[in-house]
Amino acid sequence: MHTNENGKHEAVIGLEVHVQLLTKTKIFCSCKNEFGHLPNTLSCPVCLGLPGSLPVFNKEVLKLVIKIALALNCEISNLMKFDRKNYFYPDLPKNYQISQYDLPVAKNGFLEIASEGKAKNIRIRRVHLEEDAGKLVHDDNRTGDSFVDFNRTGTPLAEIVSEPDIFSPEQAYDFLKGLKNTLLYIDVSDCNMEEGSLRCDANVSVRKIGEKKLGTKVEVKNMNSFKAVKSALEYEIKRQIDILNAGNAIAQETRLWDADKQKTFGMRSKEETEDYRYFPEPDLVPFNISSLYINDIQKTLPELPSQKTERFITKYGLDKKTTDFIISDKYMADFFEQCVALCGDSKKVANWISGSIAMEMNSRNVDFLMLTIRPEQIADLINLVDSQTISATTAKKVFSEMLETKELPSLIVDSKKLGQVSGEAELSAIIDNVLNRNEKSITDYLAGKQQAFSFLIGQVMKETSGKANPQVVSKILMQKIKNKKAGKNE
Amino acid sequence: MKIINDKIVQHVTHLARIELDASSTKAFTRQLERILEYIKKLQEVDIEGIEPTSHPLKLSNVTRDDIPSASLTQEESLSNAPDSQNGFFKVPKIIESK
Amino acid sequence: MELYSLGIKELGNKLKKGEITSADICKSLLERIERINPKINAYVNLDLGFLQKKAKESNVSSYNNFLAGIPLAIKDNICVKGELTTCASRILSGFRPPYDATVIQKIKKSNAIPFGKVNMDEFAFGSSTETSCYGPVCNPWDLSRIPGGSSGGSAAAVASDIAVAALGSDTGGSIRQPAALTGVVGMKPTYGRISRYGLLAFASSLDQIGPIAKTVEDCALLLSVISGYDTKDSTSVNTGIPDFQSTLSNPIKGMKIGIPKEYFKKIGIEKDVYERIEESIRLFSNLGAEIIDVSLPHTEYAISTYYIIASSEASSNLARYDGVQYGLRLKDASTTMEMYKKTRNMGFGNEAKRRIILGTYALSSGYYDAYYLRAMKVRTKMLRDFEEVFKICDCLLTPTSPTVAFKMGEKLEDPLSMYLSDVFTIPVNLAGLPAISIPCGFSKAKGTELPIGLQLIGNYFKENLILQIAYNFEQKAQVYKIKPEGL
Repeated sequence: MHTNENGKHEAVIGLEVHVQLLTKTKIFCSCKNEFGHLPNTLSCPVCLGLPGSLPVFNKEVLKLVIKIALALNCEISNLMKFDRKNYFYPDLPKNYQISQYDLPVAKNGFLEIASEGKAKNIRIRRVHLEEDAGKLVHDDNRTGDSFVDFNRTGTPLAEIVSEPDIFSPEQAYDFLKGLKNTLLYIDVSDCNMEEGSLRCDANVSVRKIGEKKLGTKVEVKNMNSFKAVKSALEYEIKRQIDILNAGNAIAQETRLWDADKQKTFGMRSKEETEDYRYFPEPDLVPFNISSLYINDIQKTLPELPSQKTERFITKYGLDKKTTDFIISDKYMADFFEQCVALCGDSKKVANWISGSIAMEMNSRNVDFLMLTIRPEQIADLINLVDSQTISATTAKKVFSEMLETKELPSLIVDSKKLGQVSGEAELSAIIDNVLNRNEKSITDYLAGKQQAFSFLIGQVMKETSGKANPQVVSKILMQKIKNKKAGKNE
Repeated sequence: MKIINDKIVQHVTHLARIELDASSTKAFTRQLERILEYIKKLQEVDIEGIEPTSHPLKLSNVTRDDIPSASLTQEESLSNAPDSQNGFFKVPKIIESK
Repeated sequence: MELYSLGIKELGNKLKKGEITSADICKSLLERIERINPKINAYVNLDLGFLQKKAKESNVSSYNNFLAGIPLAIKDNICVKGELTTCASRILSGFRPPYDATVIQKIKKSNAIPFGKVNMDEFAFGSSTETSCYGPVCNPWDLSRIPGGSSGGSAAAVASDIAVAALGSDTGGSIRQPAALTGVVGMKPTYGRISRYGLLAFASSLDQIGPIAKTVEDCALLLSVISGYDTKDSTSVNTGIPDFQSTLSNPIKGMKIGIPKEYFKKIGIEKDVYERIEESIRLFSNLGAEIIDVSLPHTEYAISTYYIIASSEASSNLARYDGVQYGLRLKDASTTMEMYKKTRNMGFGNEAKRRIILGTYALSSGYYDAYYLRAMKVRTKMLRDFEEVFKICDCLLTPTSPTVAFKMGEKLEDPLSMYLSDVFTIPVNLAGLPAISIPCGFSKAKGTELPIGLQLIGNYFKENLILQIAYNFEQKAQVYKIKPEGL
C-alpha cells in the first residue's frame, strides 16, 4: 500500500500491457513480422489498408494467445470474434483498428507475483487480440510535419488488462517483471520494452484509506521501461494526493510521462472521450475454439514459473527466497539447471547465482543474459574451490576475470598462477617465518586475544599473496602455537 | 424531441472527420430527419431472444498459415502518395494524441 | 451483323473458328464507343489510345475457354492494377491500385481483357447513377432518363452495345435494378460465391461482384470465370464451381416458383410493370412450372434494416479516404485534422456524406442498440422468412423494380424516395441469396418504350437453378432481342 506521509490515502493501479507476438507473419496478411527494415518496405494492400483489401487471420496468432491465456490461468472463450474500433489517426491506415470488444479470447485469469516478500494474485480482466498501428516520426524542429512508416501496421498484439489489484508502484514493477518472465517462459514474445515489443499504460487513482469507491482514474502513457513505470506512478500518485489534500478534484484525463523531466504532463489538446463505435468486423468470421484445441496447446506449454518453483524446491532442496530469485529470470533458471547437471551441487550453484552473479547484475544494472556466463564456467569454478585448488577469496577474483575474458576459470588460474598453496611443508616454513617475526601476537593469543590469531593468518596470507589455503594455514598455525606453548612450558 | 438536430449532426461529422458548412449541415439535418423517421419502423419488430446477424452465411474458423510472402516495394507502396519524403508518407502537423 | 452487337457466346464461337480476332472485336467496340459514349457517359477516364494499344496487344492465341479474347467493361470500383480506379469519386482522383482484384486476375488468366472502366454512383451509393463525379449516365432507351444504379454505366454500356458484357457490383440491387431499367441481364450471386478482394467496399456483409450481360447464357459464362473460393477473402466460400452453362436448357417443368405477396401490392408498383410481371407468371405456368403463393412477412422492414446496416458499414469502410496515402488531399493544410475534414468534405459528394453521417450516427454511443444492433436482429428475422419459403419453393419471382426508368433529377433531392426504389432487391442482399434480373417486356406509358425486368431469387448457391429458369423464360419470351434505337 502506497501512502503519503499522513497515511491518509492509498493508490489503486490497473495496467494495460500490449505485447507483440512472435509469429513469422503479421496478424491479417502474409507480410513478414520483422522490424528494422527501410520504411514502407514491409507492407501490402492489406496492412496498408488499400481500397479493396481484406484481412485473413493468421492461425499461429491464435495458438500464441491461447498459450498466454493458459499461462495466466484465464477462462478461454469458446467463441471469439473481431470488432472494428473506429478512430482517425495518421498511423492507422484504415482509420479503424481490428480489435476485440465483447468476445475477447480470454478473461478472468490471474498472475501470481512476489510482492514485498509475499505471494499475491493480480487478477487479469481480459486478454484480447488486435493489430498494431504504424510508426510516426515527428519533425518538431522545422515544419511540424510528421512522417509515417507502415511497416509495423498489422503486427499481432495481445492486450493484457489487469484488474485494479495493484496498490503500489513497486507492485506494478513486480507485476511487469512477473508477466514478462511468464511470457518469456512460454516463448510468445520478446517482451522488450526498449524495443517496443512490450508496451504498458497505467490507470491510477487514489482514495482515502477505507473508502470503497475508486477515485477519479487518470491514464498514464509513454513509459518506456519498467523503471519508468515505477517512477511515473510514484510521481502521479503524489501529484494526485497533493491535489486532494489541497481540497481540489482530480481531472479525469490522459497524461504522458516525460522521462527527461521526470513528471507527468496533461496532453495539449482537450480530450473528449473517444467514441470508438465498435461493431463486429464484417470481413472476418467468428472462431470456435474447441476444448480439444486448447488441450493440445496446453500439452505444448513448457513448465511455467509456478511449476518450476515447486520443482526446484523439491528436487534441489532450495529455500523459497532463493528459488524465487532464480526463477524470476527464465534464462537464469535454465542456467541453474545446466550448472547443476555439470557439477552436481545445487546449493553451491545457487550461492553463486544469488551471490556474485546477482551482485554483478546489480552493479552493472543489466539482466542475467547480458553477463554471458556459460554453465561450464561456474561448474569449473565450483570444482576448483571444492578441490581446494583455489581459496574462496581467490574464486571471487577469478569470477570477475572470467566475466571479462570469457575464459574457463582453470585456464585463468593456470595462466595467472592463482593456485592455492596447500603444501604443508611449504606453508610450514612460511608460518615459521611469520611466527618468528610476531612473538607478541603469539603471546597475545595465548593470553586470550582471538584477533591475534586472525592477524597471524592475515600475515601468512600476505606472505603468500593470498594463495595460502586458509584451512591448512589455520591447522598448522594452531599446531605450531600449541607446540610453542608446550615448548615454553617445558 | 427531435431524433436529430444540428448539434448532433455537428458532433457526428466531427467523429466522421467531415467539415460541413452551415447550410449543408441544415440541409443534411432535414434530410436525415426524414430518413430516421422512416427507419423508426424498426422499433415495431419484436426482437426478443433474437440473435443478431453480422454475416449472412454461417462461416467460421477461416485462417491462413503463418508463411511469409513478398511485400510491395517501397516505390509501389508510395506510388499514390500525395506527399512523401525519404520513403515515408508525409502528413501535416498532428496536434491531438491517440 | 456488327461485332459490337454480339454477345460472349457468339463472339467466342467466331474467335474459336478463327473468323475474327479479339483485336477485331475491340476495334468494332472502340468505333462505337467513340460515337455513343458522349451521349450516355457510360465509360469514365476513357483513354482511347490506351484501349487501342490494349486491343493491338491482345494476341490471344488459344481459345480454350469461352471468355478468351473477349473484352469486358469493369465497374470503376474494381481494382485493375495500374489503371485509374476511382469509385466515381473525387476523393480517389488519380488512384491507380498496385494490385489486381481477384476477379480481374481470373479474367486475365482466362485471356479475357479488362477493357475500360464504367461509370457508377459514387461509392455505389445510389439507384440512378446520378451521383458520379463524372456526371450522370443516360439510359440508352431514353437519354432524359436514368439507367438505374449504382452499376448504371455497366448496364447502359451493355444495353447500347458499347460493351460485350460488364462486371458490376450489387449491395442493395445495384446490378439487378439497372439491368431491369436498361433491358439487359444482371446477376448478384450468393454472398461468398465471388471474391470481394479488390472490390472497393461499400457494405462488407452485403457487397457482391456480378456479371451484366446481353443474355442469360453470357451471364452464366462470365459467372463461371469470376466465381470461386479465394484465400484472400475470409468471407468467400469454399464450395466447388458448378457448370452454370450445361444445365441452362434443361426444362423447368414441375419447378415450384413462389410469388411473395408482399412484393405484389398494387400501390407503389407502376401499372405496366405489374402487368408484364403477371404475364410472365403466366408464361412460367405454360412452361410447366408450379406457381405457389408465399409470404415474406418482414419485407416492409427491409429498407430500414438495410440503410442502417449498409450505412454503418460504409461509414467505417470509407474512413480510410483521408488524403494520407492516396487520392485527393487538401493542399497546404496546417494540421492533419484540417486535412482530414476539408479533404473529405471536398472529396465526397452529398449522398456519400449523407450515408457516412447516417452510419456514424447509427453506430455511435447511445444509438448503437436502437439502430445497428436492432437492425442486425431484424435481419435475422428476414433470413428466417426466406428459409421458410425455400422449404417449399425452388425460386421466387418478383418485379425487379417497382417503376420503369425515372427522369433525371426526379428523385435526387429526395433521398428517401430514391431509397424506396430498391424495395424488391434489398431483401436479397440482407439474406445473401443469389438473384437475377431478366428483361420481361416494356412499358409505353411514358411515351418511349422503357424496359421492365423480372427478378428470380434462388436459395443459397443455387445459381445454376435460377439461371436455368431464367434461360427457359428468356428463350420463350425473346425480349432480349429488342434493342434501343436512335443512338
